Amino acid sequence: MTETAASQVVPPRTRLALPDGFSWAWLGVMPFFLFAVMFLILPTGFLVVGAFQDNEGHFTLRNIVNLFQPSILNAYWISIKVSAVSAVVGAIFGFFLAYAAIAGGVASWIRPTLMTFSGVASNFAGVPLAFSFLATLGRTGLVTALLIKYLDFNIYSTGFNLLSFSGLVITYLYFQIPLMVLIMAPAIDGLKREWREASTILGASTWQYWRYIALPVLWPSLFGTTLLLFANAFGAIATAYALTGSSLNIVTILLFAQIRGDVLHDQNLGYALALGMILITGLSNGAYIWLRSRSERWQR
Amino acid sequence: MKRSSLGHWIALGIGALYFLVPLIATFEFSLRMRRGEYSFDAYRVVLADARFQATFGYSTMLALATIVVGVLLVVPTAYWIQLRLPKLRPVVEFITLLPLVIPAIVLVFGYLRIYNSSSLLPMTSNERATDLLLTFGYVTLALPYMYRAVDNGLRAIDVRTLTEAAESLGASWPTILFRIIFPNVRVAVLSGAFLTFAIVIGEFTFAALLDRPAFGPYLQLIGANRAYEPSALAIIAFAVTWACMGLINVVGRASRGATPTVP
Repeated sequence: MTETAASQVVPPRTRLALPDGFSWAWLGVMPFFLFAVMFLILPTGFLVVGAFQDNEGHFTLRNIVNLFQPSILNAYWISIKVSAVSAVVGAIFGFFLAYAAIAGGVASWIRPTLMTFSGVASNFAGVPLAFSFLATLGRTGLVTALLIKYLDFNIYSTGFNLLSFSGLVITYLYFQIPLMVLIMAPAIDGLKREWREASTILGASTWQYWRYIALPVLWPSLFGTTLLLFANAFGAIATAYALTGSSLNIVTILLFAQIRGDVLHDQNLGYALALGMILITGLSNGAYIWLRSRSERWQR
Repeated sequence: MKRSSLGHWIALGIGALYFLVPLIATFEFSLRMRRGEYSFDAYRVVLADARFQATFGYSTMLALATIVVGVLLVVPTAYWIQLRLPKLRPVVEFITLLPLVIPAIVLVFGYLRIYNSSSLLPMTSNERATDLLLTFGYVTLALPYMYRAVDNGLRAIDVRTLTEAAESLGASWPTILFRIIFPNVRVAVLSGAFLTFAIVIGEFTFAALLDRPAFGPYLQLIGANRAYEPSALAIIAFAVTWACMGLINVVGRASRGATPTVP
């Protein structure tokens, strides 16, 4: 203890107080900023600038205008629909799951099990996830086969196809729900037991408790995390690519094809495509970060 | 009270069904290779495949390189921010969140344009350079997780006191970083490392577009051409992810048992 006190008087302190210590301190974070510029800022900036240039490098808005052609608009629209539906459904189910595990009434091993599993499942995305759902709900998948065998019900005769919109949404939920569980758990922990007790004593019904107390506290995290899930699905490609090949026209797959073989026959249009994606994920993530800072007021 | 806990059990039951059925179905499917009986043939075929060994080995090496570069980049930065430049914390935190904001496919598109063979820094001109670019790309992808883990670890110890104590005993900066700070955030670094491993091992987009023989593109190739092997691979990939997450829990729990260096 005395050593610590003594060290505050000798050299290190004086060095911290040096006026020119500032420039020297900056050196310590230079590698990080250099890395960020080289592998985050410059690559993104290059595409953003390129989106506003023609082949000769002159300024133009033509690429942005060209985004509004039916095939590209359609790709954005399908991406937005898949992301929005999987985000909203994932948020609802994820919230109920997290609430059921945390708010009590169930065995105590449930919560750690759910959290660990969510950590695994939220990272079990990409190509293997597509394989899993092909083995489950594909044409020869186990669930498809069992439904035909025991219930004489062929889900494929209802128009369902795993390699389509609904199939992609069901598959995406496998990482969306766990992500919701992981992010909402601290927020649900923040609901204090006393609030529930106080409202019950004052004669509030369960509905009133949720309407006037829990939801107003939770909504920034609920809404913000839904936006995070949206951006998460919007930027995803591996699962969709492995599942549908290039048959489903979502924007990441279109961009993937563009990078591989210039399918748009216009390099700068590809940059504009990327810019559109950055705008959409940027806006939803930005809103998420803002809402999270609001919700943290309740959590201390 | 009784009724509400019944509702909770029902919600959890449905959740368990949704999450376990695909795993069971995948496992069942992976056993079906031999006609008429269950066998582990699909696993045998996969594990004996030279391309599996090569790509899995390659991705493992990449993951390790990513962890080393990521740790060397993040720990000193987070330490320095905490000690000397707390004003920069929001800026650095914002930058570390960017890889979540910018889709991976957009990042790699930018890499291909900036570091192509006719650029100032042609990192795609030969395989070693591309490996390096891929590693840096993975460091970027893992940055949000690695930074968060390390920053939490640093907040839990008294960085200032440790540094001043070491300085007053005459320790040099490398000594402080590698013999004082690193050992104290070991658990946080390990958590970040395992998470990084889980992200990198099956990553598809970067590896496919930079055209490197990684595990992710191999998975995709097998998925497009084979029937039962993909299921076996999915089970293997799930096991790897599970192992990484399990190890994070194990090191976390082990550290809680041990006595912290600074109370």
